[in-house]
Amino acid sequence: MNRHVLSVLVENQSGVLSRVSGLFSRRGYNIDSLSVGETEDPKVSRMTIVVRGDDYILEQIKKQLNKLIDVIKIVEVNPQQSVFRELAMIKVNTTMETRASVIEIVSIFRANIVDVSSETLTVEMTGDESKIEAFINLMNNYGIAEVVRTGLAAIERGSKQIKNQKVNEEE
Amino acid sequence: MKASEAIVKCLINENVDTVFGYPGGHILEVYEALRKSKVNHVLVRQEQAAAHCANGYARVSGKVGVCIATSGPGATNLITGIATAYMDSIPLVAITGQVNSMKIGRDMFQEADITGATESFTKHSYLVKNENDLPRIIKEAFYIASTGRPGPVLIDIPSDIQAAKIKKLAIPETVNIRGYKPTTKGHIGQVKRAIKAISESKRPLIIAGGGVILSHAQNELLQFVEKTGIPLVHTLMGKGSLPTLNRHYFGMIGNHGFSGANRAVSKADLLIIIGTRVADRTWGGVSDKISEGMRIIHIDVDPAEIGKNVGTHIPLVGDAKTILTQMIDRIEKINTDEWLSELNSDKRAAGKRATDLVNPRHAIETISKKLNDDAVIVADVGQNQIWAARYFEDKIDRRFLTSGGLGTMGYGLPAAIGAKIAAPKRQVLAVVGDGGFQMSLQELGTISHKKLGIIILLFNNSRLGMVRELQERFYGKVNAVELDKNPDFIKLCDAYKIKGIRVTTDSELEDAFDKAIRHKGPFLVECVVDPNESTLI
Ligand SMILES: Cc1ncc(C[n+]2csc(CCOP(=O)(O)OP(=O)(O)O)c2C)c(N)n1
Repeated sequence: MNRHVLSVLVENQSGVLSRVSGLFSRRGYNIDSLSVGETEDPKVSRMTIVVRGDDYILEQIKKQLNKLIDVIKIVEVNPQQSVFRELAMIKVNTTMETRASVIEIVSIFRANIVDVSSETLTVEMTGDESKIEAFINLMNNYGIAEVVRTGLAAIERGSKQIKNQKVNEEE
Repeated sequence: MKASEAIVKCLINENVDTVFGYPGGHILEVYEALRKSKVNHVLVRQEQAAAHCANGYARVSGKVGVCIATSGPGATNLITGIATAYMDSIPLVAITGQVNSMKIGRDMFQEADITGATESFTKHSYLVKNENDLPRIIKEAFYIASTGRPGPVLIDIPSDIQAAKIKKLAIPETVNIRGYKPTTKGHIGQVKRAIKAISESKRPLIIAGGGVILSHAQNELLQFVEKTGIPLVHTLMGKGSLPTLNRHYFGMIGNHGFSGANRAVSKADLLIIIGTRVADRTWGGVSDKISEGMRIIHIDVDPAEIGKNVGTHIPLVGDAKTILTQMIDRIEKINTDEWLSELNSDKRAAGKRATDLVNPRHAIETISKKLNDDAVIVADVGQNQIWAARYFEDKIDRRFLTSGGLGTMGYGLPAAIGAKIAAPKRQVLAVVGDGGFQMSLQELGTISHKKLGIIILLFNNSRLGMVRELQERFYGKVNAVELDKNPDFIKLCDAYKIKGIRVTTDSELEDAFDKAIRHKGPFLVECVVDPNESTLI
């Protein structure tokens, strides 16, 4: 089961998220993550969906998504030619003894500390998933109180753009 | 102008002259606007029937069927009908009332999230939040319902929006939805590949599905078959795509199809699948037997159907009628004489089983001979459906309707109402079992009220026959299928002022059908059938 990253342009309307997520659960497709936000055109939102499946499932997912009227365009982004980023916020348990070493790891990862309390440090970091996972793994040694992740956002490198118009196959 | 009046004007603009519905508190505004309009409103006796009526109406008229219900229970009653239309790709616009838009989400009296509930079986849906969007939404709804792969579209309209004022009604002339651009014409390169594969094949076979009927491609298919000499089998939904008596016609495939037709599929070296998703009931009987080297051309307007249930070598996305036309011009006759005679010698006509009661096959064959060449037959679900599908003779202008995808009992009677209203001059026959008949019994009221000359052919086996048969096969025992305390259906119809005859032997059939056909107005022919009668007769 391979992992695929889909960029999906949708009409920025209520109900769209439910239609897309409903389609995945209804047809038994697995979503690893889904992130959504407005694009350069405020009428259009862009979803980045990370899915797992073989070629047949991927083909079906793309075709079924395409059938939703609110879906404008679907592109499977090629990991080699794209930038993937995710934002994570991690609240780590700290003590007087461990605080310094946590701060050291945070700086190695070029992450930021955004909040401090007597028992915790809250770290904000962006990166691709492997970086975030590596950081979380290290923090497990100290004890993680909470993790919040946004899910992946993906954009293709270079001047290439995903246009928000469905091409009419007859033209 | 009130938004409700604008709604009705928009419907008329979409060529709507008949709607099926049931009123209630949150759709009052629309009903008041309907009262003042020329639109013919048919009051059904339960909302599910409104959706089935609209379904039958759409299939016979070729237009979009419209059904209307109030919020909450009215809307939820529509659900089965909407799902039925979705599974058979029938163009429907369902309009529901909704509670006041400012109060949505507070579990108001008769509030139900109907767009949410129907999400997985509507082609699209709208919850109207601004009255000024109504003209665009209605225009889009009809366009979406009727183009590409047709299907039901729901418009949920809160009561305050219905009552709001619209300054000036401007109905858009065209639709432009950037996420919806259905393909109708076949890709020319693929058309050429398909033609090449056909010309290289020795044993080509067409599997025609409901898409042929939906795209009104019967004449093109006939031309294609005549020009190429390629034999044809069809699915349940594809019944009527080619006249039964055509020499290229080899019957219905699938679990309840003819074994000769199923064998034809396994013997072919090229399948030309047109307008069918080839779901389990169709493919189950043959998939394990298809030959190694078989090639498949799949023509469908919905790209998602291609490769979903059967592997495809040559996909051809587009409308069946358009693609057949594209192919007819370019294709040449291939020599199928040997293949046809092989298929002919494999056509084994089973003898009719003797019974003291009515033989359902004989009944269907008899009425089929008596009805006009453009009659409409609507079959409910169960054994009665299969008997009708197997033995009703198809002619180019005849129409066979049934709920093939969802298999919804209770579809037959209301769909026949819709069919009759769409084509008052055509004969309409509803074939039902005693189970399915009782699921829509209340619609006798609509039939009687509107004086609809429908012939109801009821196969009364005092059983849920299809289920009885399955239980006997799998468990050797039956449970919860006996309908022994059935009412006297003739008396029941009499209460609705509907005439009827009970027939208990084959010899009475001719006379009963003649009476039914001659009679002006609705007529019930109740055939008493052996409870142990089997589906495949
Ligand atoms: C709404 C609905 N409920 C249940 C079923 C399952 N079912 C399929 S066929 C059948 C029996 C139908 O009995 P009847 O209408 O008497 O027709 P027969 O098979 O006897 O001709 C049943 C219960 C169904 N298809 N639809």
